Amino acid sequence: MREVDLAVVGAGPAGLTAAIEGAKRGCTTLVFDMNPLPGGQLIKQIHKFFGSREHRAGTRGIKIAAELLHQAESEKVEVMVGVEVYAIHDNILEVARTFAEDSPGSSLKQEATLPSRHLAIAARRIILATGGAENALNFPGWTLPGVMGAGAAQTMSNVWRVLPGERILMVGAGNVGLIVSYQLLQGGAEITAVIEATQKIGGYGVHAAKIRRAGVPILTSHTILRAEGDLRVEKAVIARVDASWQPVPGSEQELGVDTICIAVGLRPNTRLASLAGCNLHCSPRLGGWVPIHNSRMETTIPGTYVAGDLSGVEEASTALEEGRLAGICAASSLGKSAPGDDKEIAAIEERLISLRSGPFCQPRQDAKQELIEIGEVQCRKQ
Amino acid sequence: MSQAVKIRGYPSPQELENAPGYPSPERLEKGPVAVIECIEEIPCNPCEQACPQHAITIGKPITNRPHLDEDKCIGCGLCVARCPGLAIFLVDLTYGKGKASVAFPYEYLPLPEKEQTVQAVNRAGEPVCPGTVIMVQNSKVNDQTPVVTIAVPREYASEIRGIARIRKER
Amino acid sequence: MRRVVNHPVLGILTAAREVKIYVDGKEVRAREGEPIAAAIAAAGIRVHRYTVKRGEPRGVFCGIGQCTDCVMVVNGVPNVRTCITPVAEGMIVKTQHGAGGKGR
Repeated sequence: MREVDLAVVGAGPAGLTAAIEGAKRGCTTLVFDMNPLPGGQLIKQIHKFFGSREHRAGTRGIKIAAELLHQAESEKVEVMVGVEVYAIHDNILEVARTFAEDSPGSSLKQEATLPSRHLAIAARRIILATGGAENALNFPGWTLPGVMGAGAAQTMSNVWRVLPGERILMVGAGNVGLIVSYQLLQGGAEITAVIEATQKIGGYGVHAAKIRRAGVPILTSHTILRAEGDLRVEKAVIARVDASWQPVPGSEQELGVDTICIAVGLRPNTRLASLAGCNLHCSPRLGGWVPIHNSRMETTIPGTYVAGDLSGVEEASTALEEGRLAGICAASSLGKSAPGDDKEIAAIEERLISLRSGPFCQPRQDAKQELIEIGEVQCRKQ
Repeated sequence: MSQAVKIRGYPSPQELENAPGYPSPERLEKGPVAVIECIEEIPCNPCEQACPQHAITIGKPITNRPHLDEDKCIGCGLCVARCPGLAIFLVDLTYGKGKASVAFPYEYLPLPEKEQTVQAVNRAGEPVCPGTVIMVQNSKVNDQTPVVTIAVPREYASEIRGIARIRKER
Repeated sequence: MRRVVNHPVLGILTAAREVKIYVDGKEVRAREGEPIAAAIAAAGIRVHRYTVKRGEPRGVFCGIGQCTDCVMVVNGVPNVRTCITPVAEGMIVKTQHGAGGKGR
């Protein structure tokens, strides 16, 4: 069985920065990703990032993905795509190709990275960076083709270059709902409305403002009652809700739409972490169940670390930083540190505090603090 | 935190008046000036580095709202394409002949063309009046955020913040 | 569900080698490297399968291989997640009925 120093699950922003830091310090590093393309959520982010210069503010996510992959390549990180880690036990990762059986004449070079269908890899350190998964919203008709996560619509438009539909209803006015609505407009679709069940728009005002001046109505205190259609979405019925979340009779409206996007939050994608035996903690402000980790990003399983949305749903900028932190700490635990690592860790922590500041972000700061405090008790000491 | 923006999705006149990035009526009368409509405390500061005159400050923490030094601002418009939130505009009330110019970021296709007549819209996306395209700037420094400048009747300059999307004949 | 040929940020869709796949017997022209679901969406197809008990239609939901709503029978193999499986020349894709038992 092949053994590596560092195995990273997920080639998104957290996984790639973790791998780069590990490889820079001399770890043999392998990254797995189940998607056909690496980069995680970054490859769909066609908008300019916020934050500060160190966080690549003003740079589009797609460019950051390309840079990270280039850097990983130059550090001799091996990135395997189209493979899924479906189990972890002791320090062994069970990996399988996500593709169908060998197709004659397949043109993909990715398939060549995993000649047989299945592989087992032993890793001295494991970093889980499996990201977040979109929450669903159950309403009558939610299973009709045409009802999809906002992320799916974003993938279709920005990665597949196929518009998910022509007339779209967006459910949820958090940053994801607002940003994806804008990107679908850019793709050429019409956003019939954005609805939000609470009384306020949850996302940033500037994200809301740019779709408002494109003529998109944002209806707060509105919910979706049902989706209707024969084999696909043909219309949505929405209604106003009162202070107790009950639909107000007589406020129903029919919208002729062919697509309904659901943007009601993300939760950490903990399936693999849970299978691996990591203890979880329920943290609503971080998206739900989260693997417990300490300040060094190590979980309750010694030698297994987490980073990015898996360790609490936040943003790309925090994912990049947490990935760095996990990579440095994992390498250090193998005796592979670089001079100045202490300073580097302190700088990362300072940047994380800065990214989690302000009225929008403070709840995450508090939740992360709480999680780490639990981690300092439950995870192994240094 | 501001309230109107959280319900309607765009700032109210009061919220803008109180915003540190919004220029005074006196400065607006003097010539082209940046109008920063970012009024919430979010961690973001590229505008600070965008201005060669250092007229925009955020400082620390980076959640501070951007402050415009209206005397330093020469109305060059470089900041318009650099704001990731597309929240900075350039307004020139002195354009002439009873008109003002409004420059805004516009990341859609098709782009309008110089001298084209367009439908100018307000913050709610409602059509206000016709406008004429004076300039469409889309060079490499814009990084795919073209900046469109239109001429509109002066009395609408404080409302107009964009144009209705141009529908291609299919 | 048309192709986004010209995009304000992503630019013009680059030419890609054409790959022919067959969806329920119909030829569909795909772009090399794209997921099966992208090609069939561009062909206007929304229904990927029908459920086991009630025979209800399902299509793309999460788009990233997590939910399995988009599975179809590919080259005789059922339960293939079409949103993360790239096309290959001559691929035979069929609408899945139920759990996709042998031969279905």
